[in-house]
Amino acid sequence: MLALGQDEIAKYPFLADAGQYLKDQGFSLEQFGADPDLKQLIDKAYERILVAADGKIYKSDLDGDHVSKEAALPREVFSFLLAIVLLKLSGMHTLIKRFALAEARRAEKYLEKDLANISDESKNQLAIRVIDDLFSVQVKKSNDYFIIPVSDYLKHSINFHEREWKLINRHVENGHVFLSPHETVRLIRKELGTYINSKIINAKTPTMIPGFEDSVNKLVSLSKKFTTYTVSTGEYPPCIKHAIEILEKGENLPHSGRFMLATFLLSKGQSVQQIAPLFKNAPDYNPRVTLYQLNHLAGTSGSGTQYSCPSCEKLKTQSLCFAIPECDNIINPLQFGRKKK
Amino acid sequence: MQEADIQFLEESFKKYYFNHFDLITVPERTSEREFGFQKFNSGMTRHISIKSDKELHLMFMQNIPSDVYCSNAYYTFPNLPMNEKDWKEADLIFDIDAKDLNLSCRGNHTVSICNDCNEISKASTQCINCNSTKLEKKSLPCKNCIDASKTEVLKLTEVLIDDLAITKENIHVYFSGNEGFHVYVYNSQFQKIGSRERSELTDYISLRGTIPETFGMKKFKPNRASFPDFDEKGWRGRFSKQVFGSKSKRSKIITELITNGYSSFQKTLEDVSESIGVKIDPNVTMDIHRIFRLPGSINSKSGLAKIQCNNLSNFDPYIEASFLSDDTVEIIANSPIQFSLKNKKFGPYINEKVAVPTFAAVYMICKKLARIA
Repeated sequence: MLALGQDEIAKYPFLADAGQYLKDQGFSLEQFGADPDLKQLIDKAYERILVAADGKIYKSDLDGDHVSKEAALPREVFSFLLAIVLLKLSGMHTLIKRFALAEARRAEKYLEKDLANISDESKNQLAIRVIDDLFSVQVKKSNDYFIIPVSDYLKHSINFHEREWKLINRHVENGHVFLSPHETVRLIRKELGTYINSKIINAKTPTMIPGFEDSVNKLVSLSKKFTTYTVSTGEYPPCIKHAIEILEKGENLPHSGRFMLATFLLSKGQSVQQIAPLFKNAPDYNPRVTLYQLNHLAGTSGSGTQYSCPSCEKLKTQSLCFAIPECDNIINPLQFGRKKK
Repeated sequence: MQEADIQFLEESFKKYYFNHFDLITVPERTSEREFGFQKFNSGMTRHISIKSDKELHLMFMQNIPSDVYCSNAYYTFPNLPMNEKDWKEADLIFDIDAKDLNLSCRGNHTVSICNDCNEISKASTQCINCNSTKLEKKSLPCKNCIDASKTEVLKLTEVLIDDLAITKENIHVYFSGNEGFHVYVYNSQFQKIGSRERSELTDYISLRGTIPETFGMKKFKPNRASFPDFDEKGWRGRFSKQVFGSKSKRSKIITELITNGYSSFQKTLEDVSESIGVKIDPNVTMDIHRIFRLPGSINSKSGLAKIQCNNLSNFDPYIEASFLSDDTVEIIANSPIQFSLKNKKFGPYINEKVAVPTFAAVYMICKKLARIA
């Protein structure tokens, strides 16, 4: 565990051991529900969740990266810890996810500032250590850049769908990727969110505490707002249409293309018997092999693993993607034509 | 393939394996690898674990396989089903194949075998005899194919060394046994990365998925200073050399690029990618559970062996990878294309009975262009 100073706990409250922190400060959860002065903090915690649910970042009372007032530090940390208690009591996973993401974005700002801090080496080192300890990314400083091994970079960058994160669009030299402080921190955003999320998920859920009910009820009704319904047009995406056309013409569709087509149709609920005839025009068609392979993909034979349709990114690499505007930034062909309502 | 042909191939292969077992490299950490093999006219047997070269030798002698494979991955239990193997890491592998290089010579030495009537011709889309479109293509690669593949190997090696900090000693190049090369990278920082990461790496190496901004071009108000410099490292440097040609032309060409605009730049990038990107088969590199042809084994698509190339520039597979005997054998050959093996020219043959050395007979039978008389 990292040794954290006062400022650091306020900036990165998720690094603190929540129960221990409360105990050290001499408080119990019941006190927050009962004491009118402390109860304000529950409202503050509720607000912190509300802001997060709205997709915004909670603006704290921290002035720059210092605690402005003596009292601000405990308030910062308490409101974070109480927010977790409220979320656990409400049991609403959509809210927990949104909260974790917003808190990650908030921490990200501080991490970035700390990384770029050239006047205070210790701040700089702390940020580097947080990134290494939590996410196993070895960051080294080289002039104005932060350099990390290509393999570490890839482990995180594959979660991004924007083209500028592709390795090919990065400055790569001698086995390392060169990043700005902003990019270094942005690289671990998702994992930071996942980390905070798992900390909340794994935290124990307390029994309902008097004085917390109101906020918890409000959260439950708030989360209903986020339920979405999706409708699908049922039309096939261009990559699938293309693959079917190739097969209809009796031309050779590469193995990867056949894999895509079969897993796509299986996911859409078609049976092996329905799909098999599609391949009958293939130059090397053999009904026995086709059935065997389809059953394998469906998980009805072999190891029982059900194979899923490859992502758009993978299909691009395999030259199987023929994107059209209607694809609209989907990341898997299965999402084509789905609209949120 | 008919029984007599299979028997002949098996005999020839067995002889090779008996006499040249020294050429078969048992990979390091043998017991952590998965092995597999195929026999003629039969499916794949895999999930085999082998502990020593004695065991490997025995496998060859007992089964007389047409093809033998070994995983680039290391497992705790290589003989268990895939999801119980416990994957540990995998060497980085690359496949460079002449058929993926869009070479203009291909048409001259590719034949089609009709799956419906067995007619052999140089027609590329439809059988000239029965109009069927189910054609199986067989290529007898030429010197140009091999030279072009070698160029790709050199391009790949440069990116691996300069950009990805792989040391030369850890890059091993093999002739694939048919029409290309297999490149292995050992002990790199990439041993433990998964399939999606490897896919990103292949995009990097083949210069795919670039955006104009990476090379200095912007949609609005592009800045001359952000275009790559001649001596820059990595793809920006290679881009400069390709697009600017020389230092003195840089300024003039940047002006042209800016005048032509963003979408024209995207087109330029596509062309650059086509000419200087390394043409590797992405599916091979991103597969972390693949069993890959075992070095030293014979490739049943040609009868040539997969062997290491220590001197790539002088390497001639049609001399150095052919190990089968010179004993004469009679075949009915139907090979409309002439080819050369061990410095001897063969063909073209039009459905005729000929007596040729075993290595040439095997080559044609493997390509389905001949049968035992």
